Amino acid sequence: MHLEINNLSKQFDTSQGSVLALDDINMHVETGEFVCAVGASGSGKSTLLRLVAGLDMPTTGEITVDGQAVTGPGSDRGMIFQSYTLYPWMSVQKNVEFGLKLQGVGPKERREMASYYLDVVGLTKFARSLPKQLSGGMKQRVAIARTLASRPKIMLMDEPFGALDVQTKETMQQFMLDLWNRTGVSILMITHDVDEAVFLSQRIYVLTAHPGTIQREVFVDLPSDRDYTIRRDRAFQDTREGIMDLLRGKTAPALVS
Amino acid sequence: MKPSVFWRLADDIPKPMSTALMVLSIAVPFALWWLVASLDLVNDKFLPSPLQVAQALGRLWTDGFLVGDTAASIMRVTVGFALAALVSVPIGIAMGAFASVRSLLEPIIGVVRYMPPPAFIPLLVIYLGLGEAPKIALIFMGTVFFNILMIMDAVKFVPKALLETTYTLGGQRRQALFQVITPYVVPNIIDTFRINIATSWSLVVVAELVAAENGLGKRIVLAQKFFNTDEIFACLIILGVIGFALDLSLRGLMKATCKWAVD
Repeated sequence: MHLEINNLSKQFDTSQGSVLALDDINMHVETGEFVCAVGASGSGKSTLLRLVAGLDMPTTGEITVDGQAVTGPGSDRGMIFQSYTLYPWMSVQKNVEFGLKLQGVGPKERREMASYYLDVVGLTKFARSLPKQLSGGMKQRVAIARTLASRPKIMLMDEPFGALDVQTKETMQQFMLDLWNRTGVSILMITHDVDEAVFLSQRIYVLTAHPGTIQREVFVDLPSDRDYTIRRDRAFQDTREGIMDLLRGKTAPALVS
Repeated sequence: MKPSVFWRLADDIPKPMSTALMVLSIAVPFALWWLVASLDLVNDKFLPSPLQVAQALGRLWTDGFLVGDTAASIMRVTVGFALAALVSVPIGIAMGAFASVRSLLEPIIGVVRYMPPPAFIPLLVIYLGLGEAPKIALIFMGTVFFNILMIMDAVKFVPKALLETTYTLGGQRRQALFQVITPYVVPNIIDTFRINIATSWSLVVVAELVAAENGLGKRIVLAQKFFNTDEIFACLIILGVIGFALDLSLRGLMKATCKWAVD
């Protein structure tokens, strides 16, 4: 898998004139990488992810996955939204099967795949439950299982833990890291939470706002099997503070980039 | 100051209290009626007692009118409303889902729905005669537009993220329409029907008051001719009970088929 974004810009035309949301974006994600883009609101990070997903079209520039230009949404770029997007009338099992059903996979194979990925996210017990019976964190885990079941080349995540409380969020971050270590899925995630980005990813694109541009690409020099104790690590804190400084508009010489 | 239980704002009250109040809701008006009738304050030709109404009901039953008229009215409502439902579901969903269809149909529906359906009765009689057709057409016309607009509104509330998720799972527009939008609005459709079937129940009586050979509306007109107010009361009660039963059965349908949308 090779995701490449070249000279991307996105302009929105509103009644008050046009707004440049993203300008001159160049980035890439390789097979098995966990990459984050961090930025404040107004940095166009959600727009960026929507463009990669094919839900919006760029004004200029190009996005390719394995050399193929993105022209619209597709199951090769599965997306996890911040809001809960489970189909409320379907059981958890049916939700996980639904992507495969849309793609024309037969019922038996669908069931097996869904059961496998429900096991991966640890929700086998809840296969027959309705989404409304699940907590917020569980809903997102089902959404992740549903996306993984479609075997995407890359999983796109739009602040997936933004609506969760602090404790659940930390649990989900650990869950996400373990899941990534186990499955080797490539991930591009956007977040405003610098701590979350450093904890999860190997590379971080730092975006500045108005228009959204990439200010810096930061390499996170930490082992891949992390847990919450790594937050006490000097290297973790230096990276986090460095990125915070960048977002505050200061230079950050300490960063590896 | 502690707010009293009765005036709890937007909150539940204890179950026994709610049951007691619901019983009072029926019992008090009934008791008042009984009282006023038994005190002979009003001539019983104008206000028959509950007993007289019960006897009138019995009479209508043994004469066969009760079953015949009720069946005739229910038949008209069922056919007229079923046709309206059949037409309004696809059009309502299409209008909600496609801005183009909305632009095409919303203005004309917006105007026509404000034309009172009973005003069409003379035309319907001219076009369709005096049989079942004009009555069914009246019920159809009186409910189809409200059904359409309410279903259209429900579709607008389908979360955009749900549709976008469908696309990123590899879904096509057609699949999004039939496998996401449509099931999402099923509870709203049932609710829409529950609300609008009340209108059709009024319209069938209006149609029968004007011209009919049978039906509960016709029975009321005949009772008026012979000054049988007890029969009028009997018919009104039947109308109320059947309407309430329809309401309850649609609620039951919702509970049975849309567990996910019911608390």
